[in-house]
Amino acid sequence: MTDYFNEMYNSGKVREPYLRLEDWRRAMPAELRQMKQAEAEALFRRIGITFAVYGEGGDPDRLIPFDMFPRVFTQNEWRKLEKGIKQRARALNAFLLDVYSRGEIVKAGKIPAKLVYQNEAFERAVTGFTPPRGIYSHIVGIDLVRTGPDDFFVLEDNCRTPSGVSYMLENREIMMRMFPNLFRENRIEPVDGYADALRRTLASVAPAKCDRQPTIGILTPGHFNSAYYEHSFLADLMGVELVEGADLFVEGGFVWMRTTEGPKKLDVIYRRIDDSFLDPLCFRPDSMLGIPGLMDAYRSGGVTICSAPGAGVADDKAVYTFVPEMVRFYLGEEPILQNVPTWQCAKTDDCKYVLEHLGELVVKEVHGSGGYGMLVGPKSTKEQIALFRAKIEENPENYIAQPTLALSTTPTFVEEGIAPRHVDLRPYCLVGEKVELVPGGLTRVALTEGSLVVNSSQGGGVKDTWVLAE
Amino acid sequence: MLSRTAENLFWIARYVERAETMARLLEVGARIALIPSAGHGYRSEWESLLQASGTSEGFAEKYGDPVQRNIESYLFFDRDNPSSVISCIERARENARIVRTALTAQVWDALNVAFQEIRQLERKPRSSLELTDLADWVNRTGAMVRGAIDTTLLRNDGYDFLNLGFALERADNTARLIDVKYYVLLPSVDFVGTGLDNYQWQTLLRAMSAQRAFHWAYGGEITAAKIAHFLILNRESPRALITAIQTAMEHLDGLAHKYHKSGPAQMRARSLVGELAETRVEDIFEEGLHEFLTRFIRDVGELTDMVHTAYLSGDAR
Repeated sequence: MTDYFNEMYNSGKVREPYLRLEDWRRAMPAELRQMKQAEAEALFRRIGITFAVYGEGGDPDRLIPFDMFPRVFTQNEWRKLEKGIKQRARALNAFLLDVYSRGEIVKAGKIPAKLVYQNEAFERAVTGFTPPRGIYSHIVGIDLVRTGPDDFFVLEDNCRTPSGVSYMLENREIMMRMFPNLFRENRIEPVDGYADALRRTLASVAPAKCDRQPTIGILTPGHFNSAYYEHSFLADLMGVELVEGADLFVEGGFVWMRTTEGPKKLDVIYRRIDDSFLDPLCFRPDSMLGIPGLMDAYRSGGVTICSAPGAGVADDKAVYTFVPEMVRFYLGEEPILQNVPTWQCAKTDDCKYVLEHLGELVVKEVHGSGGYGMLVGPKSTKEQIALFRAKIEENPENYIAQPTLALSTTPTFVEEGIAPRHVDLRPYCLVGEKVELVPGGLTRVALTEGSLVVNSSQGGGVKDTWVLAE
Repeated sequence: MLSRTAENLFWIARYVERAETMARLLEVGARIALIPSAGHGYRSEWESLLQASGTSEGFAEKYGDPVQRNIESYLFFDRDNPSSVISCIERARENARIVRTALTAQVWDALNVAFQEIRQLERKPRSSLELTDLADWVNRTGAMVRGAIDTTLLRNDGYDFLNLGFALERADNTARLIDVKYYVLLPSVDFVGTGLDNYQWQTLLRAMSAQRAFHWAYGGEITAAKIAHFLILNRESPRALITAIQTAMEHLDGLAHKYHKSGPAQMRARSLVGELAETRVEDIFEEGLHEFLTRFIRDVGELTDMVHTAYLSGDAR
């Protein structure tokens, strides 16, 4: 445990942002803590914040475990992160605009053409079309890990539809309700401006043909989706419609909602479904989801889709390696946030190294997400490693590998009191007329002792994330 | 409002109303089972009750003979029965979850708490649950939901769709409950006007929580004519068929007003109210109570279809 950076206790001292939390923790008897924990759980259940976990059966209304011990950043720490995140979000968007038009970065030899144009996430259907303001990814979720006081690494980018922001907002609500004193003693930057900022962002990318206040809707796969609560929550906070594919149809180059008063035009769609389910005419003829003709309406400026179809090519795990290069190429700046060194099994030398060091590395599928299909070398059995070896040898291009990072820990409530548990951070950067970032994000915590996998689908929990005001 | 949202709201109300009807039916059955039958033992009209609730076939398939314990389980806790109380509560809550944004926190809370509670009830040993307590719980839940809707919801189109759901479901269910009288309480014309007959009518009133109200409204001797009038034609009676249809009409008019557009559903509701207003109890008995109710249930079904076409199908232009 000693090699991990503990964000609260360091070299026998309490680090500055956590000073007041130390008193709070000491003053809290075990019974009170248990009572508060039960109260928090009851609140979550009552509000209905639940998350379905696939393939497990059991209670479909599972709660993501909420840890009451907050994770804290100082204003200085945050400023640096904020700059780095915004920089990265701008570079990713510049990259998308470029690869769907002139492809300068490819021509300049900074990234292999094959990686871009033969990428599964590259949408031929949108080449040559420039979305409003040239923005493809309007909500960029950047997953960060920390290994030391000043060492932050980007683990991956999420340019399509990063989820979890409702937890950021609700965790804060619940903490404020349960521990108002904490918020009196610590000056904590608010995060509740997120919904307004998101609405502004979406409104700022209204389509060319929209000549009035745009009507905005969130497109959800439906109430069986594990993130349905979030879709409905955001629609409610923004005061916009929550629609499913079957609620929409295309006519005369516009998208219409089926309402009790007849068709109503929809201008901006914040979609929470994958590209391939947007339009069966364009992507998947077998799809029951999606709106026939949507892509035509999109390409003719009748509707804006956020994030833009095709945005996924920027957050691919193989393209990830080139993001620092994008920052230099498009912005002429040095990247503020570092990438984790990554070996691409597609390259013979890299692959050789990976196969020789499987026991030390984290191996991920290029297109995988949610913590599925990955190998954490140091935490795996010989059989698991052998299985992955076979998989990599069979299809090397499908895998990348990274060193097992010494993820930082923060104190987390456990049965016996508190204990360090590994955490990551996902802030949500908004890109529209302005590039905005609310001071906070979602801290995910691996609740199992020693575990490095924080995904909620793999038993991770969440924490409230504080940025202290100056 | 999205047609799908309107449909979800409409069904929240229908399921809540239906759950209450199921609980009422169970109460009627349980009460009848306490009455000694001619000869020996007790009367059992469970079979007829199952028929009236439209669950007879499903029950026979699963359990065979109508035994009270099984019927209680089937009508209350059985998810295989789409009309059971638990099915209705779960679906009402699921519909609410889908349209959370169109509901206030209080309405959601009432439905969500009901859902949590019935899941707890389900886990208790059946023998520790009294039927009357269960029925009370359902009625209380219904009251909570209605109360939250009435005190917190905007009087917008969503409010109309919820109330349309309540009204149309109630019209249908009350007609079916009265029809039980035909199946169960009136096995033979010879009984009409006898003491037994009147006792059965009272049971029906009790099941509709309307016994006291009836006495306030009419007083004196209980007669079949008075009760039929009370449950079908009296606008003061909250469960009367005419009241339910009148309420449906008012909310359809509310929609027409808000949307500046009236259609066949409004016309049909108006003519149904007009018809009932001119009907006398004698006319009903002349036509035959069962025949009258069958016709009424069909009319309500057609009105519901019109509401669906006009607002809920998404085909409105």
